[in-house]
Amino acid sequence: MVSAAEKRDYSILGPEQEKAVTQGLVSAVWYQCPVPRKRLKELTKRRNLPAFRDTVLWLALLGASGYVAWLSWGTWWSILAFAVYGTLYAVPAGSKWHEFGHGTPFRTAWLNEAMAQFCAFLSLSPASTYRWTHVRHHTDTIIVGSDPEIVAPRPPHWGRLLARYLHPTVTVRGLLSYAAGRMSEELKALIPAAAQKKLFWEARITIAIYLSLIAICFYLGTIAPLMFIGLPAFYGVWLNYPLGWTQHLGLYEDTLDHRLCTRTFKTNAIIRFLYTNMNYHVEHHMFPMVPYYNLPALHEEIKEDCPEPAPSFRAAVRETIDALRKQRHDPNYVVPRVRSFAERVGRAVMIDSIGLKQQVDGGRPTTAV
Amino acid sequence: MDSNRWIEAGNAEEMDLEDVARFDYDGRTFAVYRTAKNEYYASDGYCTHERTHLADGLVMGNLIECPKHNGRFDVTTGEAKRAPACVKLKTYSVKVAMGKLFIKID
Repeated sequence: MVSAAEKRDYSILGPEQEKAVTQGLVSAVWYQCPVPRKRLKELTKRRNLPAFRDTVLWLALLGASGYVAWLSWGTWWSILAFAVYGTLYAVPAGSKWHEFGHGTPFRTAWLNEAMAQFCAFLSLSPASTYRWTHVRHHTDTIIVGSDPEIVAPRPPHWGRLLARYLHPTVTVRGLLSYAAGRMSEELKALIPAAAQKKLFWEARITIAIYLSLIAICFYLGTIAPLMFIGLPAFYGVWLNYPLGWTQHLGLYEDTLDHRLCTRTFKTNAIIRFLYTNMNYHVEHHMFPMVPYYNLPALHEEIKEDCPEPAPSFRAAVRETIDALRKQRHDPNYVVPRVRSFAERVGRAVMIDSIGLKQQVDGGRPTTAV
Repeated sequence: MDSNRWIEAGNAEEMDLEDVARFDYDGRTFAVYRTAKNEYYASDGYCTHERTHLADGLVMGNLIECPKHNGRFDVTTGEAKRAPACVKLKTYSVKVAMGKLFIKID
């Protein structure tokens, strides 16, 4: 076990925020792999065709699997059918909410906004919350005290990590709160006043539509409509969390180098499609202007200047869970694949020195018991 | 610095269509744009949301997209067009003379 004195405060309004500012980690300049300007310009080009193709394919798959689920309604086959439908609903809704929220897939701007709103609605959330937490996440990626999207503190707490499977419940409570014009102090710090009003209205519209859906369920005497829209955000998210954990967990905190705090992994075409290429996460963070369909090409451009990617999704999850297990006893543990890269590029010493300074200042935990 | 001086900012033809270039002068940084319609514009070099060089961004039509958070501005007016950019960007007059770009800096 690790003593309470070793725990840091991961709140963006706590004492770690000031330390991060003092150490020059907030709104700082990050390392970027060299990419010729002409090539980068090619990679950032937005095209409607690939975004349209993938969106139509997703909706077609959703429709087909939904039809099969409908046919299986009332039989034991429906468990399998809804597992497939729920996965096809929840994973792309989350990843596409992210992508379209960046505004990069379609060249036509309003299509990005419409898709971001649609995917957020499917995920039972107003689009604006994640939009603004994600802005900060990109500014200060895994900077303790400034990044509101750090999934697990060090040392990690398994119960709290697994409790994220109840996140849709938290999301629904949040919806009700936003609809009433209330939000947390953290969100108030992240969202400008004008955008807060938009968020409140997004929540009210989302609730109104879902209340209509619930009324239809009562009228028809069946829960089926909600099984297709809304509830998949609960029963279909089993894959969302392992995917999310691989993005940053088990890697460095408080570094200004995405190669050290972010994970890229190789995976098959199915997961790449469902996850909208977010397995290329180093690439996405380093060059957020590059649309998802160009991330594989960007990976080829910069891979020599990055750690070897985890060879598969399974390997990435295994590596992440193993690191979390080790961080229970050694909060400074970092996966060897990335630590050896950091040592090779001479960054490990620099990051460790930040940790040492925090120890001296009384802020950074070290002693594992 | 003299007020409203035209400052030479490079060769006009060296910029591609739908492109942006950085121009530093007197401790300040500017972004110079060439749109697809072969029109030139200029603005402050940093995004008004965070201190990121817009010259590393993407020009699409009359819009410049910030490379850090994908906020957008209309380069012809400086208006913020997409969050997280909310504050207008200061713009400057641009003219082309003898193949050279000039920015009117106040």
